[in-house]
Amino acid sequence: MLPFLTKRLFQGLIVLFALFTITFFLAKAMPGEPFTTEKNVSESIKENMRKKFGLDQPVLKQYGRRLANFATGDFGISPRKNRPVLEIIAQSFPASLVLGLGGLVVAVGIGIPMGIVSAIRRNGWIDHGAMAFAMIGICVPAFVIGPLLQSGVAMRLDFLKVAGWDQPIDILLPAITLGLGTAAYLARLTRSGMLEILSQDFIRTARAKGVPTGQIIVRHALRGGLLPSVAFLGPAFAYLISGSFVVETLFQVPGMGQHFVNAAIDRDEFLLLGVVMFYGFLIVVMNLAADVVQALLNPRVRLSETAAAD
Amino acid sequence: MPLLSVEDLRVSFHTRNGIVRAVDGVSFTVERGQTVGIVGESGSGKSVTCYSLLGLIPKPPGRIEGGRAIFDGTDLLQLSDPQLNTVRGRRIGMIFQDPMTSLNPYLRISAQLVEPLILHEGLSRAAALDRAIAEMAAVGIPRPADRIHAYPHEFSGGMRQRVMIAMALITRPEILIADEPTTALDVTIQRQVLDLIKARQAELGTAVIFITHDLAVVSEVCDQVNVMYAGRFVERAPVNELFTSPLHAYTRALQASIPALQTKGEDLYTISGRPPDLSRPIPGCAFAPRCETETRDQCLTDRRPELVEKSPNHWVQDCPGCLGPLRGNPQS
Repeated sequence: MLPFLTKRLFQGLIVLFALFTITFFLAKAMPGEPFTTEKNVSESIKENMRKKFGLDQPVLKQYGRRLANFATGDFGISPRKNRPVLEIIAQSFPASLVLGLGGLVVAVGIGIPMGIVSAIRRNGWIDHGAMAFAMIGICVPAFVIGPLLQSGVAMRLDFLKVAGWDQPIDILLPAITLGLGTAAYLARLTRSGMLEILSQDFIRTARAKGVPTGQIIVRHALRGGLLPSVAFLGPAFAYLISGSFVVETLFQVPGMGQHFVNAAIDRDEFLLLGVVMFYGFLIVVMNLAADVVQALLNPRVRLSETAAAD
Repeated sequence: MPLLSVEDLRVSFHTRNGIVRAVDGVSFTVERGQTVGIVGESGSGKSVTCYSLLGLIPKPPGRIEGGRAIFDGTDLLQLSDPQLNTVRGRRIGMIFQDPMTSLNPYLRISAQLVEPLILHEGLSRAAALDRAIAEMAAVGIPRPADRIHAYPHEFSGGMRQRVMIAMALITRPEILIADEPTTALDVTIQRQVLDLIKARQAELGTAVIFITHDLAVVSEVCDQVNVMYAGRFVERAPVNELFTSPLHAYTRALQASIPALQTKGEDLYTISGRPPDLSRPIPGCAFAPRCETETRDQCLTDRRPELVEKSPNHWVQDCPGCLGPLRGNPQS
């Protein structure tokens, strides 16, 4: 298990390095700079600002210095907001994390049971209904579901607000909006995973042993059937908790999503690189967690991967 | 009274390409402790015959169209799934062709072996584990107390088939259905597994329904043999009788195909052509297109030949074409 983990960890570092490099040069390729505003600022002031943030240096030198800073955990200071990038992330991430956890509960709570039931009742009306729902969930974007929930549900129920982030109940509608797409995708993944397993020879063996259907599903099929869903849940979780610009804007949630868009519009390359790298870090960590869970579920992966790494 | 009596079993699959009559009126009996063989090519319906007895064919598309399977006074074909669960794995055990895929790769051997005991005999986990270890030892797995906690992928194919046999026999069933248990194994392992099944059967007095396409295997393990072709039995006889005086052209052709019985250096004999498409109605003798007797033109074309008792306990499809002497073969 340990060599397997170190191997994956190393791969994760390479991914982060590539992500940093691509984002850095893409940000540099954008026209303008953080100090481009409508206000008339004299060239000498701009010159001083560039000097302060090191933007007057050759690009490759900036790249090397910033990479070294990131490696030591120094995300720099946002020139636009004049605050440390890490502080901005630390302030906005908790709301996104809570909302993302809510979305995860929605996604797992709806998607996985739906996929399992669909697989068991294959081609029945439950299956067709669930898959139609899943298709709608995948196709309809959050900026349609969100307003529909706001006007259709929040306006009619006293205890729900259309937008805002004050009471615990305020998480309900944004979490549904955020999690529904993931739930739909998860339902389809779980269904196909379960169908694949249920057609295996060893399920027939279990039936020939006289194992009741319920136990066949739970004891014999679930572990293997959920493997694709678990693999998907790693990156999906990172996506959910890193903040959705659309959902957070719709429901006025003070999360991290706004920074992805605003940093790009403001050409605030420090903040942009900060949130992108943070998102990348989350994805790498969650993928690693998904790998571990998969290995725990599947004894063959456990063995072959460690054997290959040895 | 026989232990199991199957009468006029009909099973079909309703597919997009039409109705496939996989089993078309099959009858046979199994006595206590007896070994009954069902021999035939792939797709002849031999596995479907046995799967349908235990409700193991997927429905849909499978459908049992008719017949009875009387086991200890009850018709297995009429039982609901929960009712069948009191028979499956308890009174009728089953082993399958491919031991590499028939064991659950996600569960330890121990969990899979104790399952029938806990389900059917209500044993505690610890008691069931002791029995499972003893059963592993009985099928010849070394160091069973350690090995039982391994996963299936840590076992070789032959060892996995031994586990399957242990699992099927652990509840001391009255019948063991063995669906091509040696087909997927190495030749050297085949012999061991065959000997093991025979030994366990002798010890426990289990009746065995042995499905195979290998006549050589049949000659070793079976008492009574049914030769199946296109969803029907074409011949049934005690094993010695079948090998010394086969009547049907198909049985004789199968025998001629056993490699070990052929002259070294010559091309191996094979039956030309392919089995008929079972989704189309077969008006006459199903074997007629592949029949190589001198009298092949006398094969029935207007009706399916009936199974008749030619000599005591030796039944054969009464098709005049298929019962004639083989062409260009002075031996028969």
